[in-house]
Amino acid sequence: MNGDSPALSVRGLSKSFGALAVAQAIDLDLEPGARVGLIGPNGAGKTSFVNLLTGMLRADAGSIVLDGGDITGLKPEARVRRGLVRTHQINTLLMETSLRDNVAIAVAERENFAWRFLRFTPQWRRCLAEAEAQLASLGIDELADRKVAELPYGQQRLLEIAIALVLKPRVLLLDEPAAGVPAAEAHAIHAALDKLPADIAILMIEHDMDLVFRFARRIAVLVQGRVLTTGTPREIAADPQVRAVYLGRSAA
Amino acid sequence: MTARPDISGPALASLRFGGGSRFGWAWHILPWGVALATYFLAGAYLTLGTAALEMILFTLSIDLALGYAGIITFGQAAFFGVGAYAAGLLSIHLTPDPILGLLFGTAIGALLGLVTGALILHTEGVTLMMLTLAIASMIGAFGEQAGDLTGGDNGLQGIHISPLFGLFPFDLWGSTAYLYALGVLFLWFIAAWRIVRSPFGRSLDGIRQSPRRMRAIGTPVWWRLVAIYTLAAAMAGSAGALKAQTNQFVGLDSLDLLVSGTALVMLILGGTRRLYGAFVGAAFYVVVQNLAAEFDPFRWMFVIGGLLVVIVMFLDGGLMGLADWLRGAALRILPGAARK
Repeated sequence: MNGDSPALSVRGLSKSFGALAVAQAIDLDLEPGARVGLIGPNGAGKTSFVNLLTGMLRADAGSIVLDGGDITGLKPEARVRRGLVRTHQINTLLMETSLRDNVAIAVAERENFAWRFLRFTPQWRRCLAEAEAQLASLGIDELADRKVAELPYGQQRLLEIAIALVLKPRVLLLDEPAAGVPAAEAHAIHAALDKLPADIAILMIEHDMDLVFRFARRIAVLVQGRVLTTGTPREIAADPQVRAVYLGRSAA
Repeated sequence: MTARPDISGPALASLRFGGGSRFGWAWHILPWGVALATYFLAGAYLTLGTAALEMILFTLSIDLALGYAGIITFGQAAFFGVGAYAAGLLSIHLTPDPILGLLFGTAIGALLGLVTGALILHTEGVTLMMLTLAIASMIGAFGEQAGDLTGGDNGLQGIHISPLFGLFPFDLWGSTAYLYALGVLFLWFIAAWRIVRSPFGRSLDGIRQSPRRMRAIGTPVWWRLVAIYTLAAAMAGSAGALKAQTNQFVGLDSLDLLVSGTALVMLILGGTRRLYGAFVGAAFYVVVQNLAAEFDPFRWMFVIGGLLVVIVMFLDGGLMGLADWLRGAALRILPGAARK
């Protein structure tokens, strides 16, 4: 599409719960192919910001524009269909279902097959084949027949990513993609993140500083519902303001 | 890479019956064969068989909504009763044709499912359960109050049904009624079988497990639930219409919440999310109830209750779970017989 305009453009996004302002006039742009990290101390409003973007929360003010189209008033599922896809901080998967079907159900939804209950067999086969290919690209295709509940948490994390990718997102929100993964399995997640398609604009919300500074080309720092500053990882690491509020009193 | 993915494969754990092995289809013959044999062997019990078929269809409708889609409903009796009254009223006031009456009962059930489903399916859990109860109670109360329409406590009398396809009269022995009910159940069963394996059915299974996950892949959860709720209501309406036509009477008891409760017990006895669980559970319940009532007319509920306790506590997946276990054991005991 139009390569110059941002894939995602957030302007003046605000949300309050009574006196508590969880988002205060947040501005953020994601260019196509962007790799942006969003960091901030606990309670900075990262989760609320994700919920505002995905439509789980309704904004009090401001706008969210995806690929030139205003999605501020759309429901969560409609935003997904426009290409704004997320992964979850805590695995949100169909635990009794096989990996392959978890992904195939998402393909069916993307292709609008999911209303079909007549003459569906060829389409469903295509969904299964695409699911298999996606699992293979993440190296978990041998597990395709297993139920999600039987897998270690790290591989479930990969499945979260597989499902998101199969939806062909324009903008992908990675909500703490490595959360809860033991160190021994983390490299598989890191490898998957490195291989994400270059044209997808990605916003990663993450606590793990090593991961953010490794992954992101630009970092936004959220403090008390405001964007304190944005910059390259190098700039952010050197910013005394950021060090003061975020990287801890010990570092200041 | 593994071989071409098996479409009937282990996708839903609940779809094992008939799937998997090469002769899996042969298992389908068993329940339908028994149903057909009943026609020839039941004799004076044939009307009981017809009642069982109607309850199977009704229980199947609960399995679709509650078992597969996870809609906690205790109000399915409303659709059953409304379908029964609709079919009865049509035969009294407009036409005695059984097929038109069946279609009318089905359509009215579906319509009520659509309207009430659209109102309540944005809720879930206990709230949803209470709303289904409330709606069923309201419709039951309406049936009682609208005596001019429903006959109130006296029931709807004067239903006359013309011969099926103009050829087969509904005789005193109930043989036409039995085959008619069996045919309708068979058609609905095929529809249900297809639906739960379709992408639509799989999305319902997803919604049952995690509505959050399904929203995150772009599923319009509410619409999907309204669709299956409407379909299940249509099926329940069909069951009610069959009951009205084969009994040539509709009483207020067909709107009673007890009908929902009984069918739930049947479903749990047979096993949820199996389709054949509804089949086996309802048939088993009707037979045991009848035997126990002949044996001791005052304490048959004790037998049913005891069976339910035993099955829930010791049999994972109800009678169908037991059938799986027996089949597995049989295949182990007959060494190599399947392989040679």
